[in-house]
Amino acid sequence: MACVSVAAVGAADALKDLMEISSQVRSAVVLASGGAVEAATFDDGAELARLATELLDAAASVRESGGAVNQLEVATAEGSVFVVRDGDRIIAATTSADPTVGLVFYDLKSCLRDAGKKPARKRSTTTTKRKSDGS
Amino acid sequence: MARRALGLAGLAGAALAAAAYVRRGAARRRERVDLYYDDGSMVSLPEGSAAAAPLLELGREALRAAR
Repeated sequence: MACVSVAAVGAADALKDLMEISSQVRSAVVLASGGAVEAATFDDGAELARLATELLDAAASVRESGGAVNQLEVATAEGSVFVVRDGDRIIAATTSADPTVGLVFYDLKSCLRDAGKKPARKRSTTTTKRKSDGS
Repeated sequence: MARRALGLAGLAGAALAAAAYVRRGAARRRERVDLYYDDGSMVSLPEGSAAAAPLLELGREALRAAR
């Protein structure tokens, strides 16, 4: 029997919306706690997911005074990599070079928020007829 | 004579503006890593800094993986 996790469906829908909304995001992957891939915009999202967690781990040791890194951007000449963490869930995305940083972060945070929501159930299309009482 | 001097001054001004524009564009394209912490602070690691190098390498790998 096929079994689909509600969280995975929510993440997939959120990523689909992200790709429709953002013209700057090229690819993205949503990770659940523990680094498991919940949804990705391309076939091999696991590699980007692994590198995103490595980036967060490496970033955590940069500042001597500590503090948790909850978002980062790696800007290169070929493009940028964004990683955003919200609670247990993480999203990683790639863009072309010189993206509108604030806008990308906003879209990624919105996507993470949506990924945490349960997908809306479709309304039933059946209708009930009222009995005519004849009065 | 005055018109010629005015023309030359205009040309020099345009050249300076173009140079500034190109320099600004090149500066924007410089590689860097920006880290945002949960306390609201931000650290920017410029290209060439020891802390940025491993993060830039991971970023390049991530861009290749997502291609």
